[in-house]
Amino acid sequence: MKRFAALYAALDRTTGTAEKVRALADYFAAAPAADAAWALSFLIGRRPRRPVPTARLKRWAAEAAGIPEWLFAACYETVGDLAETITHLLPPERVEAGPLRPLSAWIEETLLPLRGLPEERQREAVLAAWRAMDSAERLAWNKLITGGFRVGVSQRLVVRALAARLGVEAAAVAQRLMGAWTPGEAFWERLGAACTDDADASRPYPFCLAHPLEEGPEALGPAAEWLAEWKWDGIRAQLVRRGGRVFVWSRGEELVTEKFPEIAAAAAGLPDGCVLDGEILAWREGRPLDFARLQQRIGRKDLTAKVLAEAPAVFMAYDLLESDGRELRAQALSERRAALAALLSAAGGPVLLLSPQLSAPDWPALAALREQARGRGVEGLMVKRLFSAYGVGRRRGDWWKWKLAPLAVDAVLVYAQPGRGRRATLYTDYTFAVRDGEALVPFAKAYSGLTDAEIRDVDRFVRANTTERFGPVRAVKPELVFEIAFEAIRPSPRHKSGVAVRFPRIARRRPDKRPAEADTLATLKSLLHAPAPPPAAS
Amino acid sequence: MKPIAHLIELTESGMHCREGGFFVDPWRPVERAVVTHAHFDHTRLGCGSYLATPETALLMKARLGPDLHVRTLRYGEEIDANGVRLSLHPAGHILGSAQVRLERNGEVWVVTGDFKRAADPTCAHFAPLRCHGLVTESTFGLPVFRWPTADAVTTEISDWWRRNAAEGRPSLLLAYSLGKAQRILAGVDASIGPIFTHGAIEPMTRVYREAGISLPPTRAVAAATGRRELAGALVLAPPAAEGSAWTGSLAKASRAFASGWMQIRGNRRRRALDRGFVLSDHADWSALLQTVAESRAERVWITHGYAEELARFFKEKGLAAEALRAGQMAEEADA
Ligand SMILES: [Zn+2]
Ligand SMILES: [Zn+2]
Repeated sequence: MKRFAALYAALDRTTGTAEKVRALADYFAAAPAADAAWALSFLIGRRPRRPVPTARLKRWAAEAAGIPEWLFAACYETVGDLAETITHLLPPERVEAGPLRPLSAWIEETLLPLRGLPEERQREAVLAAWRAMDSAERLAWNKLITGGFRVGVSQRLVVRALAARLGVEAAAVAQRLMGAWTPGEAFWERLGAACTDDADASRPYPFCLAHPLEEGPEALGPAAEWLAEWKWDGIRAQLVRRGGRVFVWSRGEELVTEKFPEIAAAAAGLPDGCVLDGEILAWREGRPLDFARLQQRIGRKDLTAKVLAEAPAVFMAYDLLESDGRELRAQALSERRAALAALLSAAGGPVLLLSPQLSAPDWPALAALREQARGRGVEGLMVKRLFSAYGVGRRRGDWWKWKLAPLAVDAVLVYAQPGRGRRATLYTDYTFAVRDGEALVPFAKAYSGLTDAEIRDVDRFVRANTTERFGPVRAVKPELVFEIAFEAIRPSPRHKSGVAVRFPRIARRRPDKRPAEADTLATLKSLLHAPAPPPAAS
Repeated sequence: MKPIAHLIELTESGMHCREGGFFVDPWRPVERAVVTHAHFDHTRLGCGSYLATPETALLMKARLGPDLHVRTLRYGEEIDANGVRLSLHPAGHILGSAQVRLERNGEVWVVTGDFKRAADPTCAHFAPLRCHGLVTESTFGLPVFRWPTADAVTTEISDWWRRNAAEGRPSLLLAYSLGKAQRILAGVDASIGPIFTHGAIEPMTRVYREAGISLPPTRAVAAATGRRELAGALVLAPPAAEGSAWTGSLAKASRAFASGWMQIRGNRRRRALDRGFVLSDHADWSALLQTVAESRAERVWITHGYAEELARFFKEKGLAAEALRAGQMAEEADA
């Protein structure tokens, strides 16, 4: 456990990728197989189900610390993280050196059995664990039993470190991490097996990436040399169908096959030996659902029927990189598209869709189409050179994203509250309002967009200009004006303003504007021209 | 129990001793001010006269101007202010920091000002005082705040510096310019490399040296200070100086912050720091409880920070405790 706690502390402490990889490599080099397998499963986000209800943990921790529960709550409010709050509050560790217990023993003999125990036995086991650990161990352990174990490392970094340690190709490691497996020595051995034939079949191609089109498209030459399609706001992915199996890779080069069973099932109908490039979207009645819906779905651990029904996923294909086991990347886009259309007309369906090609005679006509993007739930247009090969990485010149400018209004800061976890002692979470006659109507909360220096500046303003307090929230003198940008807006009877905005963020401060010059509710509502997305399934 | 006379009352301008005719750490300009220590949130400019320890007087003049009129009173020395006996006692916060003890007709009140009870070679150690009424700070008045020993922290700082120096990297350590910076100077292993300090720290350090505190040699860092000079050096700067011109030559530096707030991981992460060192010049939770208990005060007033929480905690323990309205208090600048 000590070694794992040290790994957690090292990953938690640094923001540098190189240092994280080094910490991971050091850990995997030294840890016994069973420990390494457990650590690996936690690092890639396979957290054990929370073995004990949070309310009990809070109660036991307050008891152990000898403080009333309200004071525990106040501490939690300040620290912003349950596992850390408990760690700080527990009585100082005893210095007695007990036998060192490996991570695997803690997990297999203490943590996993907790779920089935009666409350009193749970309490004894948890208190005994706390007593036996030092402060670093307690933090890692608390993270595990609160279900909050997260480290800022992507699966890719973990895979990279593992691959280096095992001397196996990274793609093979990633592939072997798929599916159901139980951490333990046997799994660890399988992970390190030298023969990688099992993994080769799954491998995707490097993704071709687009550049934003900053100026008008006229500089690109005649519109006829370009293919235009909607810029979908989903998860970029490759669908690999080889050796009788299906693999879905996200652009982060993570295997997400299991997250999208309906796509995997549909892709089983594709002929063997093909690779499609496209976008995973949550989709209903012929149009995409909010990206947030897709994001929520990815966050779910259990893909229940309800989750699948709320955000049904489709694969919107726009390129074909391999067909009949033959690589097509060097061919012209026009040829690849034709092959893709033929393939999908035979083997596509309601889950495997072809991203439609938009036809317009010239750039102004395309610009007019682009204006419809918001109403269609897409981000704008993609324009791709018809005679280009499929490039590797962010090669400039052939793929362009021509996005709509975000919507924005100038709004007044009216409430502030401390950040949670990230920054519990600074006012970092803000509510903004637009003018409505003499009144100010709150319409958006935004957290991001300011530099650290600006945040500290606003924090000082908040402290010096508080007019009222509601718990942690402070009402402030309406004085600071900010430009608030957002991706979309729709009517919402649930909100006081009558509208809900999507992904609001602070575009910049407007020190040049006084609150009386902020935008009005009428202006905000005038942005509502776009049709509302379809309602959620209930 | 006999009723307790209030030797201190809270007014618009801060803590007032009506009988004695003076304020302690006033928030607004007043005729007569007693100053507990030289941090900005305790020294209001524009008062008619000031009373403070000789060390605080020197620091105030270095910060606010040499013409400032400050009457000095040594620790333990007593004066009479309209029948109120007033004396100053070590608070252990920074050089010259004092608790204010007031006594009239056998009633004793103590204002701790900012204080800490941990070891600090750069100032006199906190002196516990008995009193009837206690006004205490609570900057870190929650049980999650529990300080490691200062020795352990300065060792961590030295180890961090040593590792950076071995890689030829500068070590930029953010720390409050008065008190914290000097405490670090006194604690680190100065044999590791050269030490540079920011322009806001240097004059404070000079006063410490004049007061007889032994500190390792330091050099002022400026925009002109070259990259090569800074490689392997420890650079101390106040948190506000981050991002100013001279930090350009520190682009490769490992960045750290020494503060009690670093106890909370979120604070360190938000600033994207490489390291956070938990080093505070304020009392932690247990030191606050110990101080209140040792004072045997029957009435406790609480200022700064977590006043409401600490007051409620004491009240539930049967003590007459009250949070002074924090809305009007200056926010702590030197945690
Ligand atoms: Zn202070
Ligand atoms: Zn203070």
